[in-house]
Amino acid sequence: MKAAQTPHKKEVPCVFGRPPQLPITKIIRLSAALLARHRRCSTPTAALSLPPRVCSLRPESLSCRLSTIYSWHFTGKTKLCSVDAAMATTKPRLSSFSRNLSAVSSSQTPGVKCGPNGTMFVSSGIADLDKILGGGFPLGSLVMVMEDAEAPHHMLLLRNFMSQGLVHGQPLLYASPSKDPRGFLGTLPSPASLKHDKSRDRESEQEKGLRIAWQYKKYMGENQPNFDSHRDNKQDYCNEFDLRKPLERHYFTRQRVNCVGIQDSKNLAALQEHCASFLAQHQRNDGSCALAGRIAIQSLCAPQCEHSNMDWEMLSFIKSLKGMVRSSNAVVVITFPPSLLSLSSTKRWQHMADTLLSVAAIPDEDKELAKLLSGYQDMVGLLNVHRVARLNTQVPLILEATTFSIKLQKRRFLVLECLNQAPVDGSSGSSYGTSGSCSGSSKAGTLDF
Amino acid sequence: MENQYLNLLDRALGLDGPSEPWPLSGRVVLIEDCVETSGSFVLHQLVKRSLSPTSSNVIIFVAFANPFSHYDRILRKLGCNLVTQRDNKRFIFFDMLMLRCPDVDKGKSSEGGLVLLYEKILKTICGLPGDKKDYVTIMMDDISLVEVAANGGSDYVLDFLHYCHSLTSEFDCSLIMLNHEDIYSSMERPTLILQMEYLADILVKAEPLSTGLATDVHGQLTVLNKGTSHRLGSSGNKIHNFHYKVKENSVEYFYPGSRV
Repeated sequence: MKAAQTPHKKEVPCVFGRPPQLPITKIIRLSAALLARHRRCSTPTAALSLPPRVCSLRPESLSCRLSTIYSWHFTGKTKLCSVDAAMATTKPRLSSFSRNLSAVSSSQTPGVKCGPNGTMFVSSGIADLDKILGGGFPLGSLVMVMEDAEAPHHMLLLRNFMSQGLVHGQPLLYASPSKDPRGFLGTLPSPASLKHDKSRDRESEQEKGLRIAWQYKKYMGENQPNFDSHRDNKQDYCNEFDLRKPLERHYFTRQRVNCVGIQDSKNLAALQEHCASFLAQHQRNDGSCALAGRIAIQSLCAPQCEHSNMDWEMLSFIKSLKGMVRSSNAVVVITFPPSLLSLSSTKRWQHMADTLLSVAAIPDEDKELAKLLSGYQDMVGLLNVHRVARLNTQVPLILEATTFSIKLQKRRFLVLECLNQAPVDGSSGSSYGTSGSCSGSSKAGTLDF
Repeated sequence: MENQYLNLLDRALGLDGPSEPWPLSGRVVLIEDCVETSGSFVLHQLVKRSLSPTSSNVIIFVAFANPFSHYDRILRKLGCNLVTQRDNKRFIFFDMLMLRCPDVDKGKSSEGGLVLLYEKILKTICGLPGDKKDYVTIMMDDISLVEVAANGGSDYVLDFLHYCHSLTSEFDCSLIMLNHEDIYSSMERPTLILQMEYLADILVKAEPLSTGLATDVHGQLTVLNKGTSHRLGSSGNKIHNFHYKVKENSVEYFYPGSRV
């Protein structure tokens, strides 16, 4: 053990010997690198280059690790208190450690990631939505999407959700009020080829470099500590989907895809049976992390279904579905048009949801709105986050913003962005509040500037 | 001695008196919340209070909304191990997530599930050893789901609640329920919630701030303590109003604007 440590002994004391001159972040990163070497991490460089953000704060684990490093190398030489003080100020930077952990665990099962409080996440298929929700949809949760009665924006969410599952090889149950539910599979988007991914990454990096308000960079995104941690394993966990390219055939054949039409059945009993038998195969066993299942139900209360006027039957279906999914490794996404339900029923449905989203279309030529919001031309709709699933915890997740614009990047990729107020007059700069992922693509804004 | 650990909610609920007898015994507490703000943390707080080592309470927790593991994880972070308490027979958990009262049309059978549930609760209370029988707390985590289970037959739910209410006078146990207020706000005459509010001795309302969501204030609580005529001292209604912030291991309560 000692022999292994000696090579580092030379370089480190000169780093830590004069803590006041060194930025705290550097200390932390260096110690992270050290730690990685000592733990014989497979990629010590990865630990070095981690962006200084956090996914979950685990100060206790870091401080103990740091102090072990300390006791190994600098006993008697340094002031421990300075690092302890550093701990307090650099809490948001501790993330690097827990992320490695999540990367390790995600490698066990494709498409499943460990989250806080013993939950596990699967991706929604939209990287930005995963970030907003703090990791994705937790297994065992019920996600409800309130549709816009006049526009099919909920289909965008559904498609990406289903495609992501198929790409990960997760079984899927899809129920729809349409005549031919299986036909919907033909409209699922395909994951973008690597070339696209790279070009987008490069672009966003460039944008970062050219940021106008570069001095504020360090303040940005600090309140969204969870978000950046998923960048690295995005390749594994969340793909980018090209909405113009249909999903290749072999994804459907690789595993079981169940399609159910709910239009012709008299009541929900058949669908419930399908769901029950599907979920029975995904029962949660302690320890072992089996393949996650996905259930997508489109427009549950659509008027063409016979059960659409049976409020209580639908509610008890949702209730039992929620009860079943809680004890299984699966996620259920239900979309419904709230305008078809009575007010109190809508509230009941909303209370059932663990994660509650709503989508809304925006009118094509709304001049007033176009004046108010920057990037209005690229928007296709709005997404509202009403509630985020809080399994195994009592702390509510309060988001920075609850309304996001749905945009199509290059008419192919679905991205979500915070709403930005358009500059009021031409002389003022672009509005603040753009998150890292924002492409700042507003034509009007740049021209004005 | 313990008084310094009491927070605003404990005081509003009247838990600041002597812990023996249990201040809530024989009383009904109704917690109301809405989609934007969950009031379940009040339940967690009360579970923790009731199971504190100084008291000898027994909780019968009837869960309609969340499984045991959910509550176990939350309470463990609050410093209370539900598994141990369950083994000590101080925390009795009924998992009613899959409760379904079949066939509403056939009248009596829909009542069936709820009658069975009531009998189960009664049997549990009767089965307790004599010294513990006096300090029973019945908790239900979501009454609106009972309605769903009964297929909208709110009369059956009301009957069930009245039966449970009778336990509070019979065994002097306390009844703590949670319901969602906003479901009923658009109804013309929401019998269920009105009757529940009438039965309640203490009404706890969790609402979001009218100014919108904030990271350091999660909402406000209004506690209406209808006072007890048969107890010394306090009489008449008392309304407490304060803000709160929920954390993993505690909840902070503070008067509006009093936080530095």
